[in-house]
Amino acid sequence: MSNNNSGPSYIQALTAGLWRENPTFRLLIGMCPPLAVTTAVKPALTMGLSVIFVLVCSNLVVSLLRNLLKPHLRIIMFTATIATFVTICDLYLRAFQPVMSEVLGPYVPLIIVNCIIIFRAEVCASKCGPIVSILDGIGSGTGFTLALCILGGIREILATGRIFEIPVMPAGFVPWAAMQMPVGAFVTLGLLLGLSSLLTSGKRS
Amino acid sequence: MDRVYVLLMGFLSVIIVNNFVFTKFLGTCPYLGVSGRLDSAFGMGMAVTFVTALSGILTWLVDFYILTPLHLEITRYICYIIVIAGAVQLVEMYVRKFAPSLYDTFGIFLPLISTNCVILGLCLFISIWGTNNLLEVAVLSTGTGLGFTLAICIMAGIRETLILVDVPECFRGAPITLITAGLLTLAFMGFAGMIK
Repeated sequence: MSNNNSGPSYIQALTAGLWRENPTFRLLIGMCPPLAVTTAVKPALTMGLSVIFVLVCSNLVVSLLRNLLKPHLRIIMFTATIATFVTICDLYLRAFQPVMSEVLGPYVPLIIVNCIIIFRAEVCASKCGPIVSILDGIGSGTGFTLALCILGGIREILATGRIFEIPVMPAGFVPWAAMQMPVGAFVTLGLLLGLSSLLTSGKRS
Repeated sequence: MDRVYVLLMGFLSVIIVNNFVFTKFLGTCPYLGVSGRLDSAFGMGMAVTFVTALSGILTWLVDFYILTPLHLEITRYICYIIVIAGAVQLVEMYVRKFAPSLYDTFGIFLPLISTNCVILGLCLFISIWGTNNLLEVAVLSTGTGLGFTLAICIMAGIRETLILVDVPECFRGAPITLITAGLLTLAFMGFAGMIK
């Protein structure tokens, strides 16, 4: 368990989450936030940054505790650690980003049960040293944020013709109201996943 | 009579109109992952219903009688998650001991449930809605679980047929499931605005 040499190298840990193990597009875990908060880019970005923060902090703590954890109590320790950092994050958002906190609503506390964080804690942080775990957290978190922003960008452009509140579509563009609704989330993500598997299968053959 | 009406409407609302899976995207992981077969989907749904009802009531009691009077709202998330994990653990132990046949049906799903967003989501929404009596909480929690069961069973039914369909290579698996889920959501949007 404590042998750091068997773990991935620093570069590998950092880049794995970006595409090869991208939580949303490749591993298909933690699917609630990509669907729920991507009505526009800004909430998507806020959500992504919150997840990076929680992921890095909980990975660090779990990795420091890894030799003390009893196997049968480990999951509850993971969740308690995650819940603590999510509370910090939620209080921060409420104090400094009240509008975003309002928009994200219960989806910030729901980061606690986001499978990505517990998955990274189980797969990486409970086996590797603190530095690798932090890099892994940054990598996976960034991959997740990128996925969220792509999805949010597409939905915001098609639903309102704007991105970051700046109009980008030509004048005659009719907004697709459906993209703002749950339907838009499911269908866009489905098409993006199809595209990503098309790209990967092309590379393989 | 009025109260019964309100309760009934609330119950139908969380099952059909404000279904957690279709309108709030909670519980999408098992919805997309586990729902390959109708019987296992139903088992999962029933297990979730049981745990939502139990943990919805428990967290509300903890919130109302312990956290709010003592001004400990800041520890709310940690308490919720521990209550839920504890409830799941208890249910699992109880079912394994006293109802082995039931355990075979949905016991394997129980550990998965503690990280199911429907449950924590429901507990959070109950405190957001400001529900302030136990009966309402019980009705809403059970309704939410049944709504999840409904969603996951419909999905499983569709996916059983979807296996036989010739889907383009790159859309097999998750992509087509998500698009199906999108269309299903569209259908359920027809109910929007019917209640409250």
